[in-house]
Amino acid sequence: MVDQLSPLAPVLTPGRQGQGPMGVVLAEIAPGSIVQVAAWAGQESALIAIVRDATGLALPDGAGGGIATDTKAAFGFAPGKFLLADQEEGLAAALPKAVTSALGTVTDLSHGRTVIRISGTRAEWVLAKFFAIDFSLPALPVGAGLSTVHHDIFAQIQRSGADQFDIYVFRSFARSFWKSLCHASEEVNYEVR
Amino acid sequence: MIITCPYCGPRDSSEFVYQGEDGRTRPDPASTDQAAWNAYVYDRVNTAGEHEEIWQHSGGCRAHLRLVRNTLTHKISSVSMARHATVPRRRRKAETPA
Repeated sequence: MVDQLSPLAPVLTPGRQGQGPMGVVLAEIAPGSIVQVAAWAGQESALIAIVRDATGLALPDGAGGGIATDTKAAFGFAPGKFLLADQEEGLAAALPKAVTSALGTVTDLSHGRTVIRISGTRAEWVLAKFFAIDFSLPALPVGAGLSTVHHDIFAQIQRSGADQFDIYVFRSFARSFWKSLCHASEEVNYEVR
Repeated sequence: MIITCPYCGPRDSSEFVYQGEDGRTRPDPASTDQAAWNAYVYDRVNTAGEHEEIWQHSGGCRAHLRLVRNTLTHKISSVSMARHATVPRRRRKAETPA
């Protein structure tokens, strides 16, 4: 096992910013495994079954469907493609045994993505400054995910709670995105954990 | 302009990349038929009205989409996954009998 280093380390300073009630809480959740799996056309159900066996997560079928627990997450972000995250390491090593080349592909993104969690009553409001997407609960239910872009920074976002979102961004853009997120959160007061 | 991706739902057109007119048929790569290659590379129907075209949702699910967009009004009357395209393609100008 190697030590996990965060690209946010130089700028992530826990504490409160602003006076009064905190609108959002920002944090890095640093999963040990982040894996993208993709199914060839027609193999989607077989892949969903493998994900269920490997992670215990029952992925709902359908565009953007997903599920999140305290330690694991999975959601669809494109046709036949799913992002899986686990606080434990080893998912990328375990999956290729089940996902054969006839069925689909497994891509280990554990070192390629940084996951930022934004939660709180004003989380939807802050995200709406970045993305022209409806983040309301009926449009994006708990567990559901989506793929979008903020200028050149691709982001995959999962709603992991009623007022909680996990944003997967490229590691190399993570510090820049984190700073933008802090600036956008100043208006509503924020706490970094 | 808002494009409703069949997977992602309604998204701003800035998330999409235009990939040209639908229905172009690439000649056999081994072909040396100059006229066929010239037609493939340069000839466009340039429709004023309902236009069949390919877009990629590059800032989202990255799927290729087949749209019918009115070039006069920008109204989009149909969006489908390009890989599921079943609508018969309109005959191209070069293929129209004289």
